Amino acid sequence: MKPRRFMAPSAWIWLLVAALYFFVPLMSTMLFSLKSNQTGKCCTAANYSWVIHNSTFWHALRISFLLALETIVVSLLLFVPTIYWVHLKLPRLRPVIAFLALIPFVVPPIVMVVGLLKFFKGTPGWFYAQPWGFLAGAYVILAFPYMFFSLDAGFRAIDVHTLTEASQNLGARWTTTLVKVILPNIRAAALAGSFLTLAIVMGEFTIANLSAFHTFPIFIQNVQETQGFPAASLTLLSFAITWGAMGSLLLVGRKRGVRGAVIAGAR
Amino acid sequence: MLIGAFQGTVHGYTFSNVRQLFNHPYIDAYKTSIEVSLVTAVLGGVAGLFIAYAAIREGTPRWVRSALTTFSGVAANFGGIPLAFAFISTLGPLGIITVFFRHHGWDPTQHGLSLFSKTGVELAYMYFQLPLMILVIAPAIDGLRKEWREASANLGGSQLQFWRYIGVPVLMPSLLGAIILLFGNAFAAYATAYSLTAGTVNLVPILIGAYYSGNVLNNPHLAQAMAFGMFVVLALMMVIYIPLQRRAARWAK
Repeated sequence: MKPRRFMAPSAWIWLLVAALYFFVPLMSTMLFSLKSNQTGKCCTAANYSWVIHNSTFWHALRISFLLALETIVVSLLLFVPTIYWVHLKLPRLRPVIAFLALIPFVVPPIVMVVGLLKFFKGTPGWFYAQPWGFLAGAYVILAFPYMFFSLDAGFRAIDVHTLTEASQNLGARWTTTLVKVILPNIRAAALAGSFLTLAIVMGEFTIANLSAFHTFPIFIQNVQETQGFPAASLTLLSFAITWGAMGSLLLVGRKRGVRGAVIAGAR
Repeated sequence: MLIGAFQGTVHGYTFSNVRQLFNHPYIDAYKTSIEVSLVTAVLGGVAGLFIAYAAIREGTPRWVRSALTTFSGVAANFGGIPLAFAFISTLGPLGIITVFFRHHGWDPTQHGLSLFSKTGVELAYMYFQLPLMILVIAPAIDGLRKEWREASANLGGSQLQFWRYIGVPVLMPSLLGAIILLFGNAFAAYATAYSLTAGTVNLVPILIGAYYSGNVLNNPHLAQAMAFGMFVVLALMMVIYIPLQRRAARWAK
């Protein structure tokens, strides 16, 4: 069999169709975002300046971004020591945690939010009525699979036992070992999980909508219902945020053998 | 906490809510949801397989593959509200493509093509189904070793015979597993359909949302029963998925 020297015609067709399907909506959105809201004519940057000068936009973006940060910090604080401990002392628990991590992945957000709202009903207002309480809690659960699989891959790539023993032989305490020895070694994995979480939280709509918090995706939806053209620029911005998060993820992942899950979801 | 949350969904009432699921209009919502998920999973699965194969196969430059995987990573994460809007600006009543065709004397909206219908939702869902499929199936395609193809050719096998006896059987478990994954992915989707159709297409997640927080319809218990129903459908899917995954793992590198 002689090797092919050129691309097969059918490969050309499939890739061309895929490229059209993926790029036409993005191009259309861009053209839309350049149209004037009053006349519907091209081309003006008015939509972008409308977005930049909109205080609700900054407010919503800030909430989403801070929520993402909070989710990342809480998840790392919870999961890094846990997964470390499981790898070190309780390797038999690993499949159990892996199974638990699949649950938020399999259960649709709409089902999860119904369950969570019911479960947490009656908790104090500072938790239930604040995005920093209820919503962040829900996002930690939502991010759990992505955090777990990234971190797990990171921990598997290093020799946890040797590192821990070496560190203890030198007289380090547990906290020192964790912060100064383990953490730098799984940094790439932790960053990968964090960028995925960022992408998820910045785009999450279902839970925020049903629990009535005003995050960035909710803002886009509200704008979209009233003004078409500025919504196009917000759509592009949201796409750019996803690109940024995923691009950083790939850059981080390239350094070391971090190949966790790269499929998040804000459907 | 998780387990408690899900016990909570079915707690403290009779079977009447669950029984109601089998009545009009709830059963129709399940039918529509399952239909949309099935159509996008199968079409997305098959098309995604061909696209991934086209990018990976011999003769295609290597950068095509890495570009495609990078883009798929982003597109698979690009869903919900912005996705719905991207499609509205493409194929909506004032969308660029719609206007283009109308300008040339053929109005798609006059020919039954509406973005705010079941077909429209399916079209938009493909935007995250295809990239997911490409990401999931690429390792399986890598598993099709070049040596097998050479061995088949040395034994006088044709291109067709290679696919009939080697390629398709090896890929089948991965393909079916991936299609189930896509099914779950579409079945769980809420934001895209919500934003696209404003609730005119009767999907289960949309109904749950409406019953849970709606002003007109408000019956949280029914919403919880419907959520439970979704959970059952997805649990069934997982039961099919796990053995397939085991079989597919046999050929993984």
